[in-house]
Amino acid sequence: MTRPVHHPLIDVRDLARTFVRRRRIGRLRRTTDTVKAVHDLSFTIDAGEMVGYIGPNGAGKSTTIKMLTGILVPTSGALTVAGLEPQRDRVELARRIGVVFGQRTTLWWDLPLRDSFDLLQKIYRTGPARHRENLGRFVELLDLQDLLDTPVRQLSLGQRMRGDIVAALLHDPEILFLDEPTIGLDVISKGRLREFLRALNAERATTLVLTTHDLQDIEALCDRVIVIDHGTAVYDGSLTGLHQRGGSTRTLVVDLVDEAPPIDVPGATTRRVEGPRQWLAFPADASAAPVVAAVAAAYDVADLSIQEPAIEDVIRELYSTPPAPPG
Amino acid sequence: MAEIQAEDSLSARGHVGMYAAIAGLWVRAAWVYRTSFVTLVVANGLITGLDAVAIWIMFSQLDLLGGFALHEVALLYGASSLGLGIADTLIGSVERIGEYIRTGRLDQMLTKPLPLLLQVCADQFTLRRLGRITQAAVVFAWAAAYVDWTPARVGVAVVMVVSGGAIFFGLFVTFSCIQFLTKDATEFANAFTYGGATLTQYPLTIFPREVMRSLTFVVPVAFVNWYPCLYLLGRDDPFGLPGWLQLCSPVAAVAMVGVALLTWRAGVRRYTSTGS
Repeated sequence: MTRPVHHPLIDVRDLARTFVRRRRIGRLRRTTDTVKAVHDLSFTIDAGEMVGYIGPNGAGKSTTIKMLTGILVPTSGALTVAGLEPQRDRVELARRIGVVFGQRTTLWWDLPLRDSFDLLQKIYRTGPARHRENLGRFVELLDLQDLLDTPVRQLSLGQRMRGDIVAALLHDPEILFLDEPTIGLDVISKGRLREFLRALNAERATTLVLTTHDLQDIEALCDRVIVIDHGTAVYDGSLTGLHQRGGSTRTLVVDLVDEAPPIDVPGATTRRVEGPRQWLAFPADASAAPVVAAVAAAYDVADLSIQEPAIEDVIRELYSTPPAPPG
Repeated sequence: MAEIQAEDSLSARGHVGMYAAIAGLWVRAAWVYRTSFVTLVVANGLITGLDAVAIWIMFSQLDLLGGFALHEVALLYGASSLGLGIADTLIGSVERIGEYIRTGRLDQMLTKPLPLLLQVCADQFTLRRLGRITQAAVVFAWAAAYVDWTPARVGVAVVMVVSGGAIFFGLFVTFSCIQFLTKDATEFANAFTYGGATLTQYPLTIFPREVMRSLTFVVPVAFVNWYPCLYLLGRDDPFGLPGWLQLCSPVAAVAMVGVALLTWRAGVRRYTSTGS
């Protein structure tokens, strides 16, 4: 009896990557330290998924992305992306993926945006019709029509990021890797970018792997989160599940008209009081509406705002939650 | 491995075309700042031209340098400077590979479907060296007027310029690869590349025999101009070496470029396997 074998688009098994660091001890002697940047890492990603890959700085995020994109060879373990071995098949893989590093642009600084796009058509040897169609569609979705003839150096950070994303997509990649795509962007730019990525995934089933520090990116885009810490995956599942497991909280900041004793409403606990301003914590997976309604009903409220938990806090809480694994 | 497969999947002509496309965009980008660009070209021509002036001043005090007359030394100088100018233009940013590693630009290039060396060479392509090339061409043309041209000599001259560019190209690439091992080894590399280039501006007869030996067999810059120019001038080898060496520039060029490609591949492999 044969069944069709299921091949995930990205298949990572027992992946490890160690770095050797040389260190001086004494005047002449040197010692080498082996640092495990990534170890015992396993996961699979199917075509069409949108996955958030998160973790604190130095957790091994970039190292993983570099291995997935063929920049770095794994020390051990098995790794296939789109059926290819990333580092061995680097050039072939490059045609099938798009990579955007949030803080670095690949666009020609002094030339109009259009010139960078035209060169990419040559580099990827995209058919002219396909290129025109993609360019038209992406430029429309990202609202870049009027900026195509503007030199890149005159673009805002948000516009440039949108340009970089178009650049990474013109050759119809199956997978788009985004490293901190919303870093430094204002709220409107972030929103527009997220909307575009959702549309891209819906229209073309492009698989999305993004690293981010912004939990709202994950909330808006990813059905699935992989949390990496100290080089290995500590969580793989939905964002809601992550909040539940970590017991993470959102914060309702209430500005009252007058100073008052700590607010007492069901479903929330007051963490801090500072004059007329109070901070109320409630579970991150619960709706804010009942809490807001209860506060508004019982107090004279001047203003309200909600703070999302920071990724670092969520992960810290993930650890502080017993029982900790032995060893 | 990856690089080899890449070479296969894209023809040599495709590579040249791709290099030209990327380089062309950099030239257009530079043209945005026309005044600055023109100033750079002229300044580069003038500064490198000082070397030629130095030689000319030297000859106001003497008739022969190491047994060579002014027009002969000018031929050596012109040929070497032409080769250096061509190579310097073609290698683009190879010298700054260490900086590319630090800033992550190399990582970015590794995600593009082109051989890495092609991308690095085409990156930041600049015609600033046109100044040097023009200046060298003028000196070479003046010196060439004294050469007793035959069809064979014309052939050797053409091969000399191409091989010279290739030898310096190979040298630059090879020594830049040191930066895969240690950061900021540029000064050390320059001692061999630009240092070697400076020595070839003079007849090798003014140096101890060991210099001629190392420039022939270790860092083969003697093949950039010394040996082929002896042929153009119809001279016997002053060190008594066999005459066929004078025709060996293309061999040296192929060997040097081969060494460069191997070193480059080892460097990239080291980078992708150590991440530093």
